[in-house]
Amino acid sequence: MKIFLKTTFLFIIISSLILSRAIAAGEQQELLKVDWSFKSFFGKFDRASLQRGYQVYTEVCASCHSLKHLSYRNLAEKGGPEFTELEAKAIASNFEVIDGPNSDGEMFERPAKLSDKFVMPYANVQEAIAANGGAYPPDMSVLVKARKGGANYIYSVLMGYDEPPAGMELDDGVYYNKYMYGNKIKMSSPLDDDIVEYADGTKATVDQMAKDVTTFLQWTAEPHLETRHKLGFRVIIYLSVLTVLVYFSMKKIWSRIETKV
Amino acid sequence: MSDHEYTPKSKVGKWFNDRLPLLTLANHLTDYPTPKNLNYWWTFGGILTFCLITQIITGIVLGMHYVAHADLAFQSVEHIMRDVNYGWLIRYVHANGASMFFLAVYIHIFRSLYYGSYKSPREVIWIIGMLIYFLMMATAFMGYVLPWGQMSFWGATVITNLFSAIPLVGESITNWLWGGYSVDNPTLTRFFSLHYLFPFLILGLVVLHIWALHVPGNNNPIGIDIKKPSKDTVPFHPYIVIKDAFALLIFLLIFAFFVFFSPNILGHADNYIEANPLVTPAHIVPEWYLLPFYAILRSVPDKLLGVIAMFAAIFVLVILPWLDTSKVRSTVFRPIYKQFYWFLVADVLILGYVGAMPAEGLYLLIARVATAYYFAHFLIILPFLGLKEKTTPLPLSITEPVMGGSADMAMARNNSGFKEKL
Repeated sequence: MKIFLKTTFLFIIISSLILSRAIAAGEQQELLKVDWSFKSFFGKFDRASLQRGYQVYTEVCASCHSLKHLSYRNLAEKGGPEFTELEAKAIASNFEVIDGPNSDGEMFERPAKLSDKFVMPYANVQEAIAANGGAYPPDMSVLVKARKGGANYIYSVLMGYDEPPAGMELDDGVYYNKYMYGNKIKMSSPLDDDIVEYADGTKATVDQMAKDVTTFLQWTAEPHLETRHKLGFRVIIYLSVLTVLVYFSMKKIWSRIETKV
Repeated sequence: MSDHEYTPKSKVGKWFNDRLPLLTLANHLTDYPTPKNLNYWWTFGGILTFCLITQIITGIVLGMHYVAHADLAFQSVEHIMRDVNYGWLIRYVHANGASMFFLAVYIHIFRSLYYGSYKSPREVIWIIGMLIYFLMMATAFMGYVLPWGQMSFWGATVITNLFSAIPLVGESITNWLWGGYSVDNPTLTRFFSLHYLFPFLILGLVVLHIWALHVPGNNNPIGIDIKKPSKDTVPFHPYIVIKDAFALLIFLLIFAFFVFFSPNILGHADNYIEANPLVTPAHIVPEWYLLPFYAILRSVPDKLLGVIAMFAAIFVLVILPWLDTSKVRSTVFRPIYKQFYWFLVADVLILGYVGAMPAEGLYLLIARVATAYYFAHFLIILPFLGLKEKTTPLPLSITEPVMGGSADMAMARNNSGFKEKL
């Protein structure tokens, strides 16, 4: 009974700590919830969704948002969209990068290779801000981890465009969004039905595209998520078995002196 | 202690041991007579040692890949997360390890508070422990700055700015800490250097902490002095070693759960946004383990007094052995103190909670009341209670409790068994 009380107390401490963090920034409208395939203990990415998500990113987001921490080789790596190496090479070769200096001391342009980082849409932050009415389109490499609510938040913002409530004045180039902090966003609704054409025949509804691109961004933020889940499961099993063995060893050793342990 | 008579069996061993008595030390550590009624709250010393070693090892590996430069730090952390083999694992172990370290140290401290482990003759162990705790907070704070995210930058700005409250020299001190006129690259590089140094200072203090412990020996749940070695004790190895191992494994299961399935839940999302001196986050919050002190800091309207209150909150713990006037160590025999003990636990949890909230309205009021109670507990209740409280009768030894104790006594009796075979 005493042990039970103690354990309960410990549990309360831990959960209150976690809860206080959760409540700390949770004063906004409740986010839309999606049953993501990558959540839970055995969570994995939906490969087809990742590939579609990449398509949405390139065709819609990439004109303003960079993915500066990613390389083209990542697209072919295990646990990601898993394009074939040839496909990834073909994707990379669509982009021009500046390399050099060559033996003449000149910088030159060449098609991107697998080892290159994703090409950025703007040369620098100032250019990005100038081109977007004073708002910097954030780099999306770790965006999912950089927002409270993670994937659900990104999905909610994409789905959250609406008419502003009566009495709300919006400046030019500012849009109303139910889930955005302060409800004002400088990005116009990026998705419309059939704005992309999926190669696998999936119907490109706004909801479908929002889900796909969010899945893709979860992967860009956590490229080793699948390995982490897989390894974590093994570690937990290993530790559990070891704990049981050590428990019985302990009981055996302490039985020599008949003191409860 | 029996280790004085220890002589190694082999000739080589004896030759070596006469010149450097390492084997005597090893023998002392394995034979070390430990009270046999220690409960699981006593396993956190071993767990903490494990945490420190884990942080040092993962930290050294991270240091091989991390770049301490304002323009490159964030990127190098992403490099670790993506391109370094199992870099994500090492970083998540290190980041969550800090939280687990603090979880364990708080349990360790509150165990000491409950069983009076800080009282004579263990004051020096306690003070060294408080030094370790203080260095841990400094180390953790500087470590949190290294990824150079938004919370890193603004947390560093808020905390270093505290020193500017010092009259006359405050500004100079702050500039000296920064290495400039704001938190910038020089701040980052010196924080990295110190973040690498401090764990080894902590390690040294841990050695002293354990050394100081081995002079009087462990306190125990009923808090009485015991003869060592005797029927009341067991040798450290194998009895305590296996028990510590079992408790460590349970702890590791929780640790692993965070690392593999919720690695970012204890952190703040804003720290995945690169540091930007031009954009202040909506709420600047320190890591959870510093929140009670943050609440105390903010509950005082005057900046200087707030800083003083925050440091006093730690200092009051250092002088605790002389604030608590009760001769009885264990709370088991102090029925009134037991109530106040749990009030204090609740008070600290409340402080932690309001520390995460904006300092306004009701939260601020609660923070002020909780801060006042925190100091009242140590400065008024403890000295007074120790003189007035009527304690329940103490047993003569772990194996021979007195007749007719409280319910807790029966518990202590059951725990210790006392049917040792002779």
